[in-house]
Amino acid sequence: MERPNWAPGDIDLERPSVARVYDYWLGGAHNFAADRAVAQKTLETMPEIRDVVLNHRAFLRRAVRHLLGQGVRQFLDLGSGIPTVGNVHEIAQAADPEARIVYVDLDPVAVAHSRSILDSNGHVSVLQADVRDWAGVLASPEVDKQLDFDEPVAVLMIALLHFMSDDEDPWGMIGGYRDRLAPGSFLALSHAGYEANEETDSSREARKIYNRDVTRTTFRNKAELSRLFDGFALVEPGVVRVPAWHPESPADIGESGKRFPGFAALGRKEQR
Amino acid sequence: MTDRVDHRVREDRSPLDPAVLAGAESFARSWATAVIGSSYVPMTRAEVAQHLQDLTELLVEALFASPFRTAPGYEIGSRLVDAHFTGTDTLGRTVQLLGDDLLGELGFPGDERLHSRLAALQGALAAGYARALRERTLAEQEAIRAAVLDARDQAEAALRASEARFRAMFTEAAIGIGIAAIDGRILDVNQALQDMLGFSVEEMRQYNVRDLMHPEDAGSVWRLYDQLIAGECDHYRAEKRFHRADGEQVWTHLTLSLVRDDHGEPQYQVAMIEDVTDRHLLQNRLRYQALHDPLTGLPNRALFLERLGRVFNNRAKHVRAGLCYLDLDGFKVINDSLGHDIGDQLLVEVGRRLDHSVSGEGKLVARMGGDEFVILVEGSSGEQDIVDVAGRVLTELEVPIRIAGHELSVSASIGIVERQLSGTTSADMMRDADITLYWAKADGKARWALYDPERNAREVARFTLSATMPRALERGEFYVEYQPLVRLEDSTVTGVEALVRWQHPEFGRLAPDRFIELAEETGLIVPLGRWVLRRACEEARRWLEEFGDAAPFVSVNLAVRQSRDPELVRDVKQILDECALPPHHLQLELTESAIMGTADEPLEALRALCDMGVRIAIDDFGTGYSNLAYLKHLPVHELKIAGSFMEGLRAENEEDPVDSQIVATLVQLAHALSLGVTAEGVETPAQAARLLRLGCDTGQGWFFARPGPPENIDSLLRGDL
Repeated sequence: MERPNWAPGDIDLERPSVARVYDYWLGGAHNFAADRAVAQKTLETMPEIRDVVLNHRAFLRRAVRHLLGQGVRQFLDLGSGIPTVGNVHEIAQAADPEARIVYVDLDPVAVAHSRSILDSNGHVSVLQADVRDWAGVLASPEVDKQLDFDEPVAVLMIALLHFMSDDEDPWGMIGGYRDRLAPGSFLALSHAGYEANEETDSSREARKIYNRDVTRTTFRNKAELSRLFDGFALVEPGVVRVPAWHPESPADIGESGKRFPGFAALGRKEQR
Repeated sequence: MTDRVDHRVREDRSPLDPAVLAGAESFARSWATAVIGSSYVPMTRAEVAQHLQDLTELLVEALFASPFRTAPGYEIGSRLVDAHFTGTDTLGRTVQLLGDDLLGELGFPGDERLHSRLAALQGALAAGYARALRERTLAEQEAIRAAVLDARDQAEAALRASEARFRAMFTEAAIGIGIAAIDGRILDVNQALQDMLGFSVEEMRQYNVRDLMHPEDAGSVWRLYDQLIAGECDHYRAEKRFHRADGEQVWTHLTLSLVRDDHGEPQYQVAMIEDVTDRHLLQNRLRYQALHDPLTGLPNRALFLERLGRVFNNRAKHVRAGLCYLDLDGFKVINDSLGHDIGDQLLVEVGRRLDHSVSGEGKLVARMGGDEFVILVEGSSGEQDIVDVAGRVLTELEVPIRIAGHELSVSASIGIVERQLSGTTSADMMRDADITLYWAKADGKARWALYDPERNAREVARFTLSATMPRALERGEFYVEYQPLVRLEDSTVTGVEALVRWQHPEFGRLAPDRFIELAEETGLIVPLGRWVLRRACEEARRWLEEFGDAAPFVSVNLAVRQSRDPELVRDVKQILDECALPPHHLQLELTESAIMGTADEPLEALRALCDMGVRIAIDDFGTGYSNLAYLKHLPVHELKIAGSFMEGLRAENEEDPVDSQIVATLVQLAHALSLGVTAEGVETPAQAARLLRLGCDTGQGWFFARPGPPENIDSLLRGDL
């Protein structure tokens, strides 16, 4: 935010990137030694991390399909990361080739990669921006080109807000986006977190490694997550563990679902 | 890739046994359960199961195919990776599950031939999986590296663009910009700054910022510089002069900013320098114009007052100071007769001479306006200092001034004030100098006068009196006292002289000598005299009513100005009429000079009054220079001999023969002209006796009575005393 928008960010491959570590956990090879080293170290401390990221990714798929079912054809994916498989545009455009998507990420490599893949897709734009600068994002040519805010838009914040501390005012940021949305628009959110006393030693250890080597995280519980939906009405079943949000089969929840370290929800912007 | 099987192969195969198919379906479900969660695949559980069902069928067909080929196994491995079953656990679990369960599920648990075929297919599947994963991994690595390169290209392009923008801004800026290291080494300067100072970049780089110090720099410029370099302040602005390469000076407006590194440590200093020389020179010119007289080029009133104010503010330095306030004598005449052009040239020359005669440290000559000049001497040692200056100036002006063929002699009057500065103000000093100039004029011009606080106090008192007199008349602060005029022969009171007094609220009871002259100057004497006349006539009327034939006439003084008042006759007549006072009960006293030194008009007025029946007396006779021949023709009834002649007659035992002879002669003169004689200032019995002997008709003085309220006259007339 302090850097003027025309000044390039550092591209230091020795520093792990959130997007590439995530890609590694998802089984991708869009990553470098430094990313793999920290991802592997976390995995060794907390093997279920892979299951956690798979579930956030699966929530994205389920949420987008649900939204398509609600008639939403415009998506603003904040913190979109490295495009691997099952990206929003693949899911959405499979249902409707006219669906429009804007991907936003701060990581210049993730953005460059996204652009190389999506160059030929006229209904998708990729914006390099800090999602916290909601005014800048909403005023960008990319958003202006793809999204019509008179129609419903789904704003996606998948596995994003645990990178934002309370000091950075996530409520204010969400409010900034929300106020631009037409009634009938949606906010889809998945977030790392536990209820009190649930966090295991191994997961605490893994989190410490990640905080130190990648970026700081802020976990939020169910109640805290609910408060992020100010101005939205929660869609059934409300804020639940990530695997429990509209599962495709009961088996998807499994035993781990009950203590899954993260919550998800979908909110619908109400008529003012 | 070469071994990959075309799907159309399936059409050539014989349909499988339904029991085998059921076994395959059961295996697919176990397979799905085993691998779900080992990789992220963007499919629902049911979609995964369907996908694996397809692969299972492919595998089973291969198992029973004739001829047997391993290519389908290879394809299945490849398709797992395509569906993003990229977690390596997926392969492990798949290979193990195939070996453990497949033949049993299909109903051929112990078939050696199928076992062997399955092993071959497992190998092919693993090879296909490994190859596809390797390709995918390499492709993704290549993609992400390409993305890094793209991102770097973009970053560098942005950096280049921003650098180009900054470079353009730096190079093209109209304002001078310079960058220096914290130790003051100049690193770079832009074209504007090079042009401004006349040095090239290479030359500037030889300099340290401190080399640009200018002797006229305000102390704050370099104090702030040290603070900035130390990181105590981030920027400051200052007015600063620089030396140009050609030796000229540039006035600038400087903004110096500190640039810090990522750790907040001072890294560079950036100077933005705006050339304000033109503005500065204009300001100087405007200031000069505002503070100088365009005609003589001397400092003007504003600059003089500013300097005087500064002298007073820095009074510790100069304990004393002096002023000469100078005004040309008769300048208006020169201006009016020879024209303003000559007048202006004269002022220019006077200014030049003043400046020439008074130049030096701590001295300032200014033109205050018109033909007024002022000289300020700071740090004078005493009055004599300034008197010397004034003397030099007057001498300097004595030499006639030649202008356009005219030989002009000018003189000047100068008011001098010189004093210690503590306890006084610049305004006091200016006012006193102005007053003193007026004195010099009043004392005869072409001279200097020195301020005299006592004279000033007197004048202030006079001024106060004259200023309060009109109100005093309205408020009834004046009153009239009467002094008897006594016939020496029988001591009868024949008349009374009316004498005006002023009961001043501040100064107390004032005699006429304190205010009559002032009243003459201001013209108030006319209404005041009229008032006295009326009071006296009213009193005379009262006495007439009360004492009949024994009532005295009233003798009222007529000031010079009154005697020349054209309304005099009419006023007197009106008052006599209003008081119903017979004219012969009124006597008007005039001084010799009032009667003698006048033109015809007052004389006519006197004749008219005389014709009316009013008595006329000459007051203080013998002190002026009376034209005795003329006296014969004047309408006069009485001579009042001045009291000064009575001195020699005062003593009881001896008398001054000269005074005695003068009085005798005056009495004879009066009687020769058929005039009555009154002696003033009679204070002793001896005087009264001698006057009677000399033939004087009437006496007046303390011997008979002091002036007093009218009631005293009443008592006298009644014979109470």
